[in-house]
Amino acid sequence: MGIRFVLMVNKQGQTRLAQYYEYLNIEERRALEGEIVRKCLTRNEQQCSFVEHRNYKVVYRRYASLFFLVGVDNEENELAILEFIHLLVETMDRHFGNVCELDIMFHLEKAHFMLEEMVMNGCIVETSKANILSPIQLLDKAS
Amino acid sequence: MNPFSSGTRMRDMIRAIRACKTAAEERAVVRKECAAIRAAISENDQDYSHRNLAKLMFIHMLGYPTHFGQMECLKLIATAGFPEKRIGYLGLMLLLDERQEVLMLVTNSIKQDLNHTNQYIVGLALCALGNLGSAEMARDLAPDVERLLQFRDPNIRKKAALCTIRIIKKVPDLAENFIKPAAVLLKEKHHGVLITGVQLCTDLCRVSDEALEYFKKKSIDGLVKLLRDLTNSPYAPEYDISGITDPFLHVRLLKLLRVLGEGDADASDSMNDLLAQVATKTESNKNAGNAILYECVAAIMSIEDNGGLRVLAVNILGRFLSSRDNNIRYVALNMLMKAMALDSQAVQRHRATILECVKDPDASIRKRALELVYLLVNENNVKQLTKDLVDYLEVSDPEFKGDLSAKICSIVEKFSPEKIWYIDQMLKVLSEAGNYVKDDVWHALIVVITNAPNLHGYTVRSLYKAVQTTTEQETLLRVAVWCVGEYADLLISNAGMLDIEDPITVTEADAVNVVETAIGRDSSDLTTRAMCLIALLKLSSRFPSLSKRINDIIHRHKRSLVLELQQRAIEFNSIIGKHEKIRSALVERMPVLDEATFSGRRAGSVPNAVSTSQGAPPKIPNGVVKPAPPPLVDLLDLSSDDVPTSVSVGGDFLHDLLGVDMSPAPSQGTNQTKKSGTDMLLDLLSIGDPPALSNSAALDILSTSQDSQSAGDLSGKSPTPLLSVKASTSAGSSSMMDLLDGFGATPSVPVAVTDAPTYPSIVAFESSSLKVTFNFTKDPSSQHTTLIEAQFTNKSPNIYSNFVFQAAVPKFLQLHLDPASSNTLPASGDGSITQTLRISNSQHGKKSLVMRMRINYKVNNKDVLEEGQINTFPRGL
Repeated sequence: MGIRFVLMVNKQGQTRLAQYYEYLNIEERRALEGEIVRKCLTRNEQQCSFVEHRNYKVVYRRYASLFFLVGVDNEENELAILEFIHLLVETMDRHFGNVCELDIMFHLEKAHFMLEEMVMNGCIVETSKANILSPIQLLDKAS
Repeated sequence: MNPFSSGTRMRDMIRAIRACKTAAEERAVVRKECAAIRAAISENDQDYSHRNLAKLMFIHMLGYPTHFGQMECLKLIATAGFPEKRIGYLGLMLLLDERQEVLMLVTNSIKQDLNHTNQYIVGLALCALGNLGSAEMARDLAPDVERLLQFRDPNIRKKAALCTIRIIKKVPDLAENFIKPAAVLLKEKHHGVLITGVQLCTDLCRVSDEALEYFKKKSIDGLVKLLRDLTNSPYAPEYDISGITDPFLHVRLLKLLRVLGEGDADASDSMNDLLAQVATKTESNKNAGNAILYECVAAIMSIEDNGGLRVLAVNILGRFLSSRDNNIRYVALNMLMKAMALDSQAVQRHRATILECVKDPDASIRKRALELVYLLVNENNVKQLTKDLVDYLEVSDPEFKGDLSAKICSIVEKFSPEKIWYIDQMLKVLSEAGNYVKDDVWHALIVVITNAPNLHGYTVRSLYKAVQTTTEQETLLRVAVWCVGEYADLLISNAGMLDIEDPITVTEADAVNVVETAIGRDSSDLTTRAMCLIALLKLSSRFPSLSKRINDIIHRHKRSLVLELQQRAIEFNSIIGKHEKIRSALVERMPVLDEATFSGRRAGSVPNAVSTSQGAPPKIPNGVVKPAPPPLVDLLDLSSDDVPTSVSVGGDFLHDLLGVDMSPAPSQGTNQTKKSGTDMLLDLLSIGDPPALSNSAALDILSTSQDSQSAGDLSGKSPTPLLSVKASTSAGSSSMMDLLDGFGATPSVPVAVTDAPTYPSIVAFESSSLKVTFNFTKDPSSQHTTLIEAQFTNKSPNIYSNFVFQAAVPKFLQLHLDPASSNTLPASGDGSITQTLRISNSQHGKKSLVMRMRINYKVNNKDVLEEGQINTFPRGL
C-alpha cells in the first residue's frame, strides 16, 4: 500500500481532516501532525512539494488557505500522488461547488465519504469523479 | 426528548470550538460535548446518534480520546438503514483503536452486510473490511470476498479487489485462491476495476511466487496491450488529466510490468517496445505526463538490461535534472540514486548539475542531492568533489552543516588518497563546522595525525594558524590543544617544514597562550578543559622556562567545581612542583595510536586483544614504527591445549591478561638510580607490569598507564573511543595519586610465616636451555593468596639478555607480578633471576592453580621465545 495518511490542514496548522491507513494512537498522531505541519507550512512556493519525514515522504499541495498533505512510502510515485491531490480537490469542488475550509469542517463526514470512495487501505480505488460522487449524491437525495 | 442528551447541532459545536481562544477553553467545550454524547449513548437516544457520531469524529480529529463512541458505531452498523450504517462504518474506521474485541464483535455484522441485497451496503462492508480487517477476519471472510470479485456491479468488484489485498497481506497463505480471479479482473474495461485489479496482481506477486509465475506466463501480453491501448486511447473526458487518459492507471500498470520484468529476460523482452513507446511519446510539459515518464524510467531501470532503453531512461533523467520545476528535479535525483547501481558512468556525466543541487535553497532537494553525491565519489573525483563540498560548507545553512559535514568526513575517510590531504580536509571541516561533527571524527583525525610522523610539524602549525582565526569550533580546539601538547617543540622550531608551508614564528609563550585561551573559554566543556590540562603538563616539560607560568594556570583549576579537573590540577601541580626528575619522562609523546584497532573499535567489532593490550613501548622514538607485537593469543587459552587460532575471546578473559600485559622490552639505560625511587614507585604503580630492569621509574608509569587504558577499553568502561588522551591521564593519574599519597610507604615484602602450611617447590618448566622453579608461600593475611618465588636458571653456555617472564591465568585467579631481580641471566647456571608472583584464588579450595607462561629473551642477539603451561601446582593453593 502506498498511501499512509491523508491530512488537510489550514494555514494556522489546525487539522481539518485526518485519515490514516495504518494504526497510530492519538498521541502519535498529534505528534506526527505537529511535526509535519511545522515542516511543510514553512516552505515557500518555489520549493518542491515533497518533504521527507521519519520514514514517510509527505507530498503536499496548497489550495488557498488549505494544505493537502499525503504521506506515502518510498515506493510510491510522488508525481502521481501530486496529481491525485488535485483530483481529490476537483472532486470536492464538483460536489461542494468551490470547496472551502468551512465546507470540509461542517461536512466532515461527507468529505470522508468522498475520500473513502477514492482511497481504500492505502490504494487508489477510483479516479472518475462521477463514479466517486454517485453514492454520495444518492445519499443526499435519500435524506 | 431528553433536553440534556440532544446537545447542540454539529455546526454550533464547531463554531463554539473555533471561538475558543485558549487550549483550556477548547478542552472545556470538548469535555462538555463529550459528556452530552456519553449521556445520549447511555440513554440509547436513537434520534441523534448520527449527529453525535459526526461530532465525535470531529472531536477525534482534534486529538481527544473518543473510545466510548466505538460501541455506538457497532449499534449503528447493526441497524437496518443505509444512512445509519454508513456513518457507523465511517465512525468505526476512524475511531477504532487496536482493541480486537470490538473488531470481533463487528465481524458478524460485516459478514451479513457482505451478503446484503443492497449493493451500496455491500460496498460499505467491503470498505470496512479492507481498511480494518484482522487476520482472523481475513480467514473468516475470504470466501465472501472471493465471490464478490465476480459481482455484477463493477463498483463492488473494485472494492473487493482492494479488500483482497488486505486479506493476502494478513494471511499470505490465502493468496493462491485469488490468483485466477485477479487475472480475470485485468480483462475488464472499467477503470476502477482495472486500477484495483492491477494493484491486486502487484501485491499477489509480492507475497506469492506462484502468482508471479502465473502472471508472467498468462498476463504479460494482456497487460502490454492494455497499456498500449490506454496510451493510444482517444480523449476520454471522465478520465482525462491534462491530455492524458488516466495517468493513475498508467502508473499502476507500469509498476506491475516492472515487477513482472524484474530478473526475467523473456518478460522484459516482451515489454521493451512498449516502454520505449511510452518513454518517447509521453508529453513532458505537464505533471501528469512526467509522473508516467518517471514510472516508466523506474520500470526500465528494474527490468532486464536492454542497452538502448537504459540510455533513453538516463537521458530522460538528465532532462528532468535540468528542469526548472523543483518537483521534477527532486524525482530525478531520487531516480538517479537507483541508476547509480546500474550505470554509474552515465550518472557521473551529470555530476556538475547534481553538485549544484546540493546548494539548492530547498532542503528536500539538497538532502537528495547530497545522498547522491556521496554515491558518486570515487578515487578519481574525490579531490574535486570534496573541495566543492567543503567550499559550500562555508556558506551553507547552519541546519544543513551537520548532514553535510558528516558526509564530507565520511567521504574523506573512505577515499583519502594521502594523509596530508586527509588532514587538510579535516582541518577545513573542523574550522567550518567543528561543532557539528561527531566525536569519532576528530578521534579518527588524531589517530591519523599520530600515524603521520613526517606531518606532525605541518599539522601542529596548521592547527595553530587555524585557532588563531577561529576559536568557536570546539572540536577544532580540542585537536589543536592535543597537537600543541604533543608537538609543541615542532611548532616552535618549524621542524619538518614542507615546501608548501610558509614559515611562522611562534614563541613558547604563544604556544602556551593557545592552551590558556582554550581552557579559559567559557564555552569549553569538560573534555576540552581536561585535554588542556594535559597539554599544559606536557608543555611544562617541553618549555621548562615557562614552568612557573604553566603551574599558575593549572593552579587556578585546583578549585574547579568539576571533580575530574580539580583532581588533575592537584596532581599535575604536584608533578610540576615536586617531581622534576620524572616529569620529562612522564610526559613523553603519546605512542603511535594503532589505526587498525581504532577503526575496528569504531566499527563496533570486538577489540583485537593483541593490538589493544599492546601499549606501544614508550621509549620508542616518535614516528618509528613499533615492533610487531608478539602474539598474545595463545596465552589466552588455559583450559585446552589447542592453541586457538582466532581471538574470539570476550573481554573478561582479556581482563585477566592485563595483569600480565606485555611489558615493553626493557632497554638498557644509564640511569642507575633505580634502587632509591624506582622500587617504591613500581610497587605503588602495581598494575602488573613486570618492569624488570627498566631504567626509569617514569617509564613504567607510562607503560602502566597505557595498560590500564586498554583495561578500560576492554571492559567497556570508557565511553570515548579515543582513549589515549583522556584515559591515559585518568589511569595514569590514578597511579600518580598512589604515588603521591603513598610516599614513604615501603613496598610490601613477602614474609614467610612459620605457622603457615608449607608447600613443596616445583619445577614449573624445564627445557634444554632453561629451568624455572617455583617456591610457594602462603600470604598469612589471606587464605586465597599465594606468593610464588620464581627462579629462572640458564642451562646453556650463553648469556640471556632482555629476559622477560610473562604469565596468564584464568578468570578465577588474579595475578600480580612484581619486578624481576634482573633482566640478564648469566650462563651455565651461574646465577639466576628471581621474580615474585602473587596469585589470589577466588575459588580457593575448589580449584587449583593453573598458569600459562611465556618467556622472551635474547641470546646472541637473537630473539627466543619459550612458553608452556603449568598444571603441576600443589593442591590447596
